[in-house]
Amino acid sequence: MAYLRALGCYLPSRVVDNAEIASLVGVDPAWLLRATGIAQRRFASPEESVATLGALAAKDCLDTAAISGAEVGLILVSSGSSERRFPGPATEIAAALVPAGIAAGTPAIDLPLASAGSLFGLSLAASLCRDYRNVLVIGTEVMSRAVRLDPTGRDTAILFGDGAGACLVSAETGFARVVDSVIHSDGEFASALRLDLDGPLHMDGRTIILQAAPKIPRAILEVLDRNSAKAGEIGTFVMHQANLNLIARVAQSLGVPVSRFFCNVERYGNTSSASLLIAAAEWWRESGQRMEAPIVLAAFGAGLNWGALLAAPYTG
Amino acid sequence: MDKRTKITSILRQIAEKPIDPAPDESLFESGLLDSFSIQDLMNALETEFGISIPDNDRRPMKFDSIERIEAYLKSRS
Repeated sequence: MAYLRALGCYLPSRVVDNAEIASLVGVDPAWLLRATGIAQRRFASPEESVATLGALAAKDCLDTAAISGAEVGLILVSSGSSERRFPGPATEIAAALVPAGIAAGTPAIDLPLASAGSLFGLSLAASLCRDYRNVLVIGTEVMSRAVRLDPTGRDTAILFGDGAGACLVSAETGFARVVDSVIHSDGEFASALRLDLDGPLHMDGRTIILQAAPKIPRAILEVLDRNSAKAGEIGTFVMHQANLNLIARVAQSLGVPVSRFFCNVERYGNTSSASLLIAAAEWWRESGQRMEAPIVLAAFGAGLNWGALLAAPYTG
Repeated sequence: MDKRTKITSILRQIAEKPIDPAPDESLFESGLLDSFSIQDLMNALETEFGISIPDNDRRPMKFDSIERIEAYLKSRS
């Protein structure tokens, strides 16, 4: 059995509003808000990195979980915006967490999947916690350095922000029991959303929407059907925060009101793999760290990779 | 109603204005369809023509003009 034990997040302090982005890329701020639902995003400072953001989110999660870092047996880190080809940020984050009690030598694995990375991490953690007991899943991104903040990068620069989220998946206890998860990949559209070694981020928005709009609800229905559950029984859906239009379309496909979808994309933009865990952490805190109905987490991103996870309230 | 007329009617509904694109006019480059309305186009084509468009066919270039939409529908008939 696997449980979601605690969530945490970290957002850089610098708030970048639409007026600032619009002036850099040459668009109307009002159009930007209307088209994306994004009002502001956070940008990391020059001193911050995917590793420092990830470590702060992990620390927040561990503090909330009120367990010693020594109980963490494995760390999984998703990032698509890592500063170098290798090593990824996982080992740096593990080292930064030693003062928080993480044992030196704790295995730390990178999942360079971008937007669906945290969902994949949670799904893997739900299986791996049988061997590692407590698995710390982190999504951390500095997307502001992956886009061109000038008119040539207009289509992507308006969407993305920086941040990190974390979730402790435990074999022992938690606020939610992981009922099931589904993950899928399709390399047929790998070039449609990519960050090449020499960058910047390339996104064929039309192709991505055409693929995401049917695949996300299909994955959600797959995990629900497999467990004889209905979309109407889900208390809250927490999805990768790509943009409000996509979230609304997924809600429409499932036949549930969009108000059931927790959204914070208007404040943080699309933080790629971090977005799912940041949103989940904020939802959990706003809910008083309690759950009264099942939740579904879902994500879609480069690869293509996508999936959904069903969790039910657990009170021990 | 012939197929081309039906497609034009669908495009007008999605664009929410009385557009009349030329058969070979790019629906994207002309700004008639944006990233999100292309998904509406998929849904409308599936409903109107009684087809299911598989994921592998969901490529913008297959639906970038009335002529291309016609060709796709023909390939599915």
